Amino acid sequence: MNNYVNSYLESTARERIERLFDPGSFVEFLPPASRVISPHLGQLDAAVAFDDGVVVGRAFLDGETVFAAAQEGGFMGGAVGEVHGAKLVGLLRRAVTEKIGAVLLLLESGGVRLHEANAGLIAVSEVMRAVLDARAAGVAVVTLAGGSNGVFGGMGIVARCTNAIVMSEEGRLAMSGPEVIETASGVEEFDSRDRALVWRTTGGKHRYLLGDCQAIVSDSVAEFRQAAIAACRAQPTFLCLAELDQEQAMLGERIERFGAMSDPLEIWAALGVEQPAAIPMLDAAQFVAVARPRRLGGR
Amino acid sequence: METLTYRFENGTRALPPQPRVVGVVGSGNLEVLIESMPQGGACTVEIKTAAAGFGATWQAVMLDFHERWQLMDASIAINDMGATPAVVSLRLDQAVETMLGALS
Amino acid sequence: MSAPSRVWDTLQSNRAGRLARARSVLGAALDGKAVPGARIKDLLHNVLECGDRVCLEGNNQKQADFLGKALAGLDPDRINNLHMLQSVLALPEHLDVFERGIASKLDFSFSGPQAARVAKLVASGQLNIGAIHTYLELFSRYFIDLPPRVCLVAAEAADRHGNLYTGPNTEDTPPIVEATAFKNGIVIVQVNRIMDVLPRVDIPGDWVDFVVCSPEPYYIEPLFTRDPALISEIQVLMAMMAIKGIYAEYGVERLNHGIGFDTAAIELLLPTYAESLGLRGKIARHWALNPHPALIPAIEAGFVESVHSFGSELGMEDYIRARPDVFAVGPDGSMRSNRAMCQAAGHYACDMFIGSTLQIDLQGNSSTATLGRIAGFGGAPNMGADARGRRHASPAWLKAGRQAREGRNTIPRGQKLVVQIVETFREHMQPAFVDRLDAWELAEQAGFEIPPVMIYGDDVTHILTEEGIANLLLCRSDEEREQAIRGVAGYTPVGMARDKRMVENLRDRGIIVRAEDLGVDKRLATRDLLAARNMKDLVRASGGLYSPPRRFRNW
Repeated sequence: MNNYVNSYLESTARERIERLFDPGSFVEFLPPASRVISPHLGQLDAAVAFDDGVVVGRAFLDGETVFAAAQEGGFMGGAVGEVHGAKLVGLLRRAVTEKIGAVLLLLESGGVRLHEANAGLIAVSEVMRAVLDARAAGVAVVTLAGGSNGVFGGMGIVARCTNAIVMSEEGRLAMSGPEVIETASGVEEFDSRDRALVWRTTGGKHRYLLGDCQAIVSDSVAEFRQAAIAACRAQPTFLCLAELDQEQAMLGERIERFGAMSDPLEIWAALGVEQPAAIPMLDAAQFVAVARPRRLGGR
Repeated sequence: METLTYRFENGTRALPPQPRVVGVVGSGNLEVLIESMPQGGACTVEIKTAAAGFGATWQAVMLDFHERWQLMDASIAINDMGATPAVVSLRLDQAVETMLGALS
Repeated sequence: MSAPSRVWDTLQSNRAGRLARARSVLGAALDGKAVPGARIKDLLHNVLECGDRVCLEGNNQKQADFLGKALAGLDPDRINNLHMLQSVLALPEHLDVFERGIASKLDFSFSGPQAARVAKLVASGQLNIGAIHTYLELFSRYFIDLPPRVCLVAAEAADRHGNLYTGPNTEDTPPIVEATAFKNGIVIVQVNRIMDVLPRVDIPGDWVDFVVCSPEPYYIEPLFTRDPALISEIQVLMAMMAIKGIYAEYGVERLNHGIGFDTAAIELLLPTYAESLGLRGKIARHWALNPHPALIPAIEAGFVESVHSFGSELGMEDYIRARPDVFAVGPDGSMRSNRAMCQAAGHYACDMFIGSTLQIDLQGNSSTATLGRIAGFGGAPNMGADARGRRHASPAWLKAGRQAREGRNTIPRGQKLVVQIVETFREHMQPAFVDRLDAWELAEQAGFEIPPVMIYGDDVTHILTEEGIANLLLCRSDEEREQAIRGVAGYTPVGMARDKRMVENLRDRGIIVRAEDLGVDKRLATRDLLAARNMKDLVRASGGLYSPPRRFRNW
């Protein structure tokens, strides 16, 4: 009756886990029944979630054992508090201990949960360290970013520390949120209510063209799954000096070529895209056909 | 936040052992954790809600829920952020149906 | 002895006097009928007289905003006490005229965005409301006891003779101009451009006196666009019940939807849920409706055969042009809307109206009135009312009429289905079902003779909530009717006070129908059932022809 593929965007974190990994294979660590909740929110008379907004555990992905975490954007915008961050860190450390091949991070987060102040900040920085430790130990860490809240703040940084990022065009990835930029630099610099501008700047398609993400898919759990399988099987890149130099060079090239431009449309034109204005309406496959030969990054 | 508790005796329908959770703690929404737990046949409900003062409404919703399902040895825990009774009933029914395997 | 002979052409002489004054003041600046924008106030000061009835386009969507601003900027010592006739008070300048003392009296239909300010001005005595009307009712009075002396309207384009092209956004203009011109009034129009040859003539130049080319195109509000991303699971559930329990049950082929997310959900369920029930070609074929973007999937799927519209909708122009079999497209290839005719069509030629509301009382009276806001009704009362003058039969109309009259000793007649679809609780846990409508208090506050009711209980045939459907046609007493309403009022205080035994009995008799009784599987009530789940889906469904206004896009 309903031919529509399940939307990744509209799925909850639990639904994404259930639908993306091999059917029935997910085993949750610290499930809601454990009631490992935030120790801070109660003091603020704020509502808690039984899983503190993140689901972590083990699953099979196309027969391979992987670890997975999915942030629930509906709870406090997916923001990371002490417990939430500890679950991510624990997962990554355990992946090293158990020599798991890959950890998939289904991210959707505004970054640090400000309600928890320093505890939240520390949590996010510990996640960054844990990601890098996992990579150093040979565990591939792959980010999926396709939720409506995007991946911002400290979690944006975490995402860029992972091996690979798979995005949909609905997904967003950045450090500073649009409102923050507007407050700090004025509306002429960045009009946060111009939604088209926000997605042009932080959305999946632009990230793909700039080399910040490695794959772009439609808003479909099935497509995210396929891209995740491919990303896990790609040779895990150890974070070595050569890779850092390469990244630095790419960033330098970006500033040199595009630093004076004020809109992504200009950047896309400079990359050789013939009809930049048509980019937003292309479906994922059409977009990749246009973008792959022209994008930065190349990994 | 307000905490409300209810207890319904003489349930007849047993639940499988695996706990289940449905819903999200977002505005106008709620999270329902349902577990099988020995309680002398009773079904207990604990609600933590951000919308205070609706005890009578919750009572009526939970009474109807118990009439529908007659759960026994069940513990239900809810984190609520101002969901309407329509959404509450929907989530409760979804939780039980998931538990009973009706959805897979 | 001879009686003094009566003069019979006072209106014509008066009109001639105004035109002469205008010509004299404008001099060479007046080029045929064309007035330069910079001289608009001179025109108005000389063509208006104190106490005039002035009709300003204030439509639901289209606004003659250049003229409206000019009117609000006149000198109140020269022009005052105007009696405004206006469909909708949408812009701030529509109230400025009262605050500045240029106008003092108002007859209108709807004031949504300005409702709070209307209430304040009424309370302070600066605004004296004649009456609140439906659109059709207001246009009708233009031809009887409220003829405009001067009308200020908006059009896409004019030619040098003053012929007007009003295009897709024709809306209220035809009856306004006709009523004014044929009572020797003055017709002034702002246009976006002057052309040598118009795509087509919507209003003849013979009826038009002055044309002003405005510096900006006239303002249009995209009121009928609903982002599918905001539709909830509960609304999907209610839409499923509406389709199975009412559309299919009565075979509703001709209808009008009141605007809202509840009806948008129904529109988006036609190609999926209704299709799965085998209903294509059997329901929802002919519509009195604005070009809702949410209707695109149903049109593409072959459910919708025709749509006649009250106005147009921003962003739909190219899609409409590409679907001339469906929309009211003229020989020139562009649509013409007509609020008056579409209202009449919704009243007489449709078998069902379905729309949402804010409050329903125990008799089924439905009201959107709230304290501190005087909003009016728009066209809803015309759609949401039995058309007692109707004589042609249709299966849905006959079935409803039979249900209402079964067992009663009355002559057989049909009845229009009037459905109110509403969640039992609104935002902030406000109950939709109440013992006493706020409308009563508002009437006292604002000095109305009767409480402003949008749809009267005895016209309402069905009330649909997330709890099920109450079929009021089958009720045979006030008490049954009250309990039927309580039976779908859920956990609101009204619902909790139900007589449980009676409600069970009503359910046994099919007067109250729950989702389970209809065979509607609640587990299917998810957003996955929507044919389009966001604005991009709608654009794709239209083959790229629909171009949503900026505020609805993230691209």
